[in-house]
Amino acid sequence: MTTTASRKTSGEFRGFLRLAVRFLLAIASVALLSGSPEEKRVSIYSTIANYSIPVAERNKLDYVGLLEGLEPLGSVSARVNGDHWRLHYNDVYAEFTANKRRARVREKDFELPANFILDGGRGLVPLAGLSNLLSRILGGPVTFTSSSRRLFVGNVAVHFTAQVSNTAPSKLTMNFTAPVNPTIATEPGKLRMTFTHDPVVAPSSPRLTFDSPLITSASFAESNGEAELVITSTVPVLASFSNNGHTITVGPPRATATATATVTQISPNVQTPPPLSPVPPPLPAPPATVATPSPSAPPHYFAVIDASHGGDERGAALSDQMVEKDVTLAFARLLRQELNGRGLLTLLVRDADTTLTPDRRATMTNAAAPAIYVCVHATSQGTGVRLYTALTASSGANAGPFLDWDTAQVPFQALSDAVATSVAAALHEKQFPVRTLIAPLRPLNNITTAAIAIEIAPPGGDIARLNSVAYQQPIAAAVASGVADARDQLQAVRK
Amino acid sequence: MIPRHLILGAVVMIILALGMSFYAWQMRGGASQPETASPQPVAPPALGPSEQVTLYVAYDDGGFLRPQSARIPLPAGRQERAEELLRALLNIYLDKSSPHTLGAGSEVRDVYLVDPGLAIIDLNAAFADGHRSGVLIEELTVASLVETISANIPGITRTKILVDGKERDTLAGHLDLTNFYDVAAFSPLVLQLQSTR
Repeated sequence: MTTTASRKTSGEFRGFLRLAVRFLLAIASVALLSGSPEEKRVSIYSTIANYSIPVAERNKLDYVGLLEGLEPLGSVSARVNGDHWRLHYNDVYAEFTANKRRARVREKDFELPANFILDGGRGLVPLAGLSNLLSRILGGPVTFTSSSRRLFVGNVAVHFTAQVSNTAPSKLTMNFTAPVNPTIATEPGKLRMTFTHDPVVAPSSPRLTFDSPLITSASFAESNGEAELVITSTVPVLASFSNNGHTITVGPPRATATATATVTQISPNVQTPPPLSPVPPPLPAPPATVATPSPSAPPHYFAVIDASHGGDERGAALSDQMVEKDVTLAFARLLRQELNGRGLLTLLVRDADTTLTPDRRATMTNAAAPAIYVCVHATSQGTGVRLYTALTASSGANAGPFLDWDTAQVPFQALSDAVATSVAAALHEKQFPVRTLIAPLRPLNNITTAAIAIEIAPPGGDIARLNSVAYQQPIAAAVASGVADARDQLQAVRK
Repeated sequence: MIPRHLILGAVVMIILALGMSFYAWQMRGGASQPETASPQPVAPPALGPSEQVTLYVAYDDGGFLRPQSARIPLPAGRQERAEELLRALLNIYLDKSSPHTLGAGSEVRDVYLVDPGLAIIDLNAAFADGHRSGVLIEELTVASLVETISANIPGITRTKILVDGKERDTLAGHLDLTNFYDVAAFSPLVLQLQSTR
């Protein structure tokens, strides 16, 4: 009897101990994990830039920094004077007072839905009033979807249609009204497209169903400044981009292998995911005039131009008003124009303010299989133009058709040097100071074709002229001439 | 009726839980505290006799790398010598009249020499965070560090740069820090950076 009672007490005690340990672990977990929720963001879409800004919580309300919200849209500055915060955006003046709802915008009273907050010189406005406030400041229509925190300045929304073809195997074709560049992820039975910087809006019904045994439905959802399109399928599917990013086709992978070199990441010291993912990166497909491109047909883009940085990654702050990502994009567009003008069909890796990792840039380029890859950088230091080719270690752990990711450029190094020499000669001819160097600069070492990088410095230290067409145009023309002069060498290797 | 020892046990557990939570919270707070950057690096202790070394000094004006002889006190150990060499180099860059300025508080935390021939250079966060952004400007810094250490410490064939003990994608947005630098592959770059053409 005593033994039974003792065992019962001992059992109760062990049970209690287990409960106590769980309780202790739960408290410790809460203590460790608290304070790390997903950061709230609001995405702003406009004809000038698409971007996200963080949302801060004050007095249990969502607030955003007004200066950060306006900065990508134009010339903006702010000044604190006591409790007053004066904002100057282009030719518009606005004045806010700390802890007051009433403000003056364009010399008229404006009522915020909650108090304006001055936080260490930073002007915070309630998110609920951002739409009306921006509409007043920008002088145009602004639409805000509060549930998903997506704000559209003007008529920038991108619409899309989705249709499943009757061919075998069936494919889902989505046509967008503007180029898009979503992040794509796959999981069994699903393909997710996340639109972070694209103003894609919902179709008439958020859930589309298809009369196909392979691709059954697509559902659209928006939250925290992003839109997501989930395609449900009964077989593994891939997404491919065409029509300059206007069209995304989702379907089962083709059985036939492509003739282009396959590159995978087999180096153990790189933490980024393998670039050869099951989902091909967004790439413009061959021009529409080619009706039935065969897998062995030569790639159509002669050159791929990569405007470095972009999106959240701004690059160097070249001046108070100028960031590297804008200069590189402007120059890349001019260079594309010059190359196209010489009959060299050119693709831009990014043609908008988009965040792309070096791996993504490399996979996009390698999949396009161009004859030449040109990466564009800009600097406020020095003068003239610098040309870089990859600095890579001599050996890579290649395995059959798979090239070592970190040294994929090595077989093309001599060709890259030849193009750099040709471009340097063309720049010299036009009297531009030019210097040729090697550099450990990603993604040059991951590119499986001739690859160079250009770094443009301002003329005579005049940083204001760095982003001017008058300065950039002749450089772009000289670079294009240099590439065109090396066309035969580049074409010979392609064949 | 709950036995007294169970109640006592419960009280002890709750006190322990609260204590651990407070400790965990303190640890998290402590980890996120930025290190106070000292405006100047600590002067290297004179641990040995002065020796003649070659420092590869970057010059922003023209974007060159130039060898510069210097006499600095060096300790006997290879690893300590490597650290003192790079600290001597940084002293030049942190001087007001530096030809290649680095951000205030830039320091080399440690240099680890790992056989065979690998040198790991651990910079502090202020070094990378305060570094100017640009391909050439970052390349000058990296080439200066790599060449100074490989030219003065025999047997180094590869280098790796860490920031605050961790791998970082780039120094300041451009130069790749994810890969190991092969000293032999770096030699042509050093020659290019020394060339005035």
